[in-house]
Amino acid sequence: MKKISFVAVLVTSTLISACGSLPQRGGDDASAQDVIPLSNDSAVVRPVTIDGVQDFENIDPNSIAGKAPADRVIYFDYDQAELRAEFLDIVAQHGRFLAQNPAGRVRLEGHTDERGTREYNIALGEARAKTIARMLQLQGVNAVQTRTVSYGEELPVDDAHNNDAWAKNRRVNIIYETAVQN
Amino acid sequence: MLDTVALYFNEQFRVWVVSVLFALGLAASPAQAVIEIEITQGGENAIPIAIVPFGWSGSGSPPEDIAAIVTADLQRSGNFAALNRDDLVANPVSGDVPRFANWRLSGADFLLIGGMRPEGSGYVVEFQLFDVLQQALLSGFSFQVTDQTLRSAAHQISDEVYEEILGIPGAFNTQIAFVSVSGKVGERTYKLQLADADGENPQAMLTSPRPILSPAWAPDGIRIAYVSFENRTQSAIYIQNRQLGSRIKVISREGINGAPSWSPDGKRLAITLSYEGSPDIYVVQIESGTLRRITDSAAIDTEPVWADDNTIIFTSDRSGGPQLYEVSARGGRAERITFEGKYNASATVSPDGSSVAFVHGAGSGFQIGVIDRPTGLFQTLTQGTLDDSPSFSPNGQMIIFATEKNGRGTLGALSLDGSVSQSLTLDDGGSVREPAWSPYSQ
Repeated sequence: MKKISFVAVLVTSTLISACGSLPQRGGDDASAQDVIPLSNDSAVVRPVTIDGVQDFENIDPNSIAGKAPADRVIYFDYDQAELRAEFLDIVAQHGRFLAQNPAGRVRLEGHTDERGTREYNIALGEARAKTIARMLQLQGVNAVQTRTVSYGEELPVDDAHNNDAWAKNRRVNIIYETAVQN
Repeated sequence: MLDTVALYFNEQFRVWVVSVLFALGLAASPAQAVIEIEITQGGENAIPIAIVPFGWSGSGSPPEDIAAIVTADLQRSGNFAALNRDDLVANPVSGDVPRFANWRLSGADFLLIGGMRPEGSGYVVEFQLFDVLQQALLSGFSFQVTDQTLRSAAHQISDEVYEEILGIPGAFNTQIAFVSVSGKVGERTYKLQLADADGENPQAMLTSPRPILSPAWAPDGIRIAYVSFENRTQSAIYIQNRQLGSRIKVISREGINGAPSWSPDGKRLAITLSYEGSPDIYVVQIESGTLRRITDSAAIDTEPVWADDNTIIFTSDRSGGPQLYEVSARGGRAERITFEGKYNASATVSPDGSSVAFVHGAGSGFQIGVIDRPTGLFQTLTQGTLDDSPSFSPNGQMIIFATEKNGRGTLGALSLDGSVSQSLTLDDGGSVREPAWSPYSQ
């Protein structure tokens, strides 16, 4: 049988470079060249927590937001940003209301179903929100009264993975902004 | 601790099936990872290796079963079939001379032995890798480790075995970033988490009540860019230093602030903005904030990734549906690179630039597809219906992606040669998505 020596322990350049830039914790104890001090500093994570965000606002019924038309969700076909004919009337109601209330401000939140990629869906949700913004402006609403934001597929109202859920999630929420926003 | 490892031959499908189930994680981690690994491949392609439990010269039981970690790593690659522990013909430890004839009879082509001893406040771990047929020592090292670095040492042993035998660097001592979501609709908690490549030790680097998406590793492996909706009315792109917990807001314009991708030099981000109209690709200098517009179409342009220093691949629906295009990082004319199927989006480029993986839809849901750039050859790699967010391992051998299983978001991983697939689920009931495999640490 071939004689095997264990005295010389190989240290490859791969492992040296893998450890090279790390602080050599315990390195002073390494008496032999073949002992590799291994630091796990690269795995350290200092967490960040975001809190204090308020999602639900109390709407004063006498405010503009309180008096605005009640139907505030517009639904879309799959992978489409065109307004469906059945929602023309709802958009028109909001258009008339905002034109008559120039102090009113709406945020148009675009959403998609979960199919397709997340960032592409962000873009698709924005296209839906912009469709509604354009329709409102055609009714005489000032551009400064509308703003758009897209959440893509990130905020579904229904978590299920089926046609019913997807139909509910493909939407634009018309949100009347109140004084306090974050 | 390792709960079960089982290797058995499935006669019906003529494949080796390895089941490895971990219930792992530090006590400090609120979410523990559960990994279920299923490997399917022709047994003749996996290299048989004997991995002997490492010797331990301390008192009590060893602090970690190094051999089990290495076994799980190598099995997960799909390239190795470890002999069942019960079938090992002997239990040599570091320093012993193996009886090669017996190991050859047991079917092992390679043999890994090792040992661990307490030293100071930590341990010394050492191993030797033998070629059984050549009766030769291939490699051996010692590591000085602490309780915190034991698993990392085991992964480095896996990397060394992998590279010594296959000639390709291993990617076991790396990490995965992903986004997890838990809680009911309206009461969600979003976390940007980092876990070891084997799903161990998940840690949240960002926790938010609002969506987080598109995590992207800087080439330094320390900073991660992502999109946060913590301001409900306007998204923003942040860069967070995982070690310091510090973060900077890179940009937050009206409209979309999305899809960050690091340039190879780590100084620029390719991003999607829509403040000038339709979504277009921009490059922002991180230090100065200087913006350069790369595309200018009326269509949706998004999901930029750097193919090299000078080239960006992105998604555009300028032809009607989403397809992948390539453009100079200084702008100019874009050239379409995908032609099969009506939906091709969310590209990711292999570390050597030779392959582009992406989300492919051809009528029956969405799978992960890949094109070989030199030849343009296309193939579909997965069979899911909602597969998303592919990301290459830093050695280019595996792709991790988001998929759906039993109504929950999980992560899947597969080897590019099709020999292995596996899935990772969080055991807190939440969903996981948007995996991003780290680069090698520098």
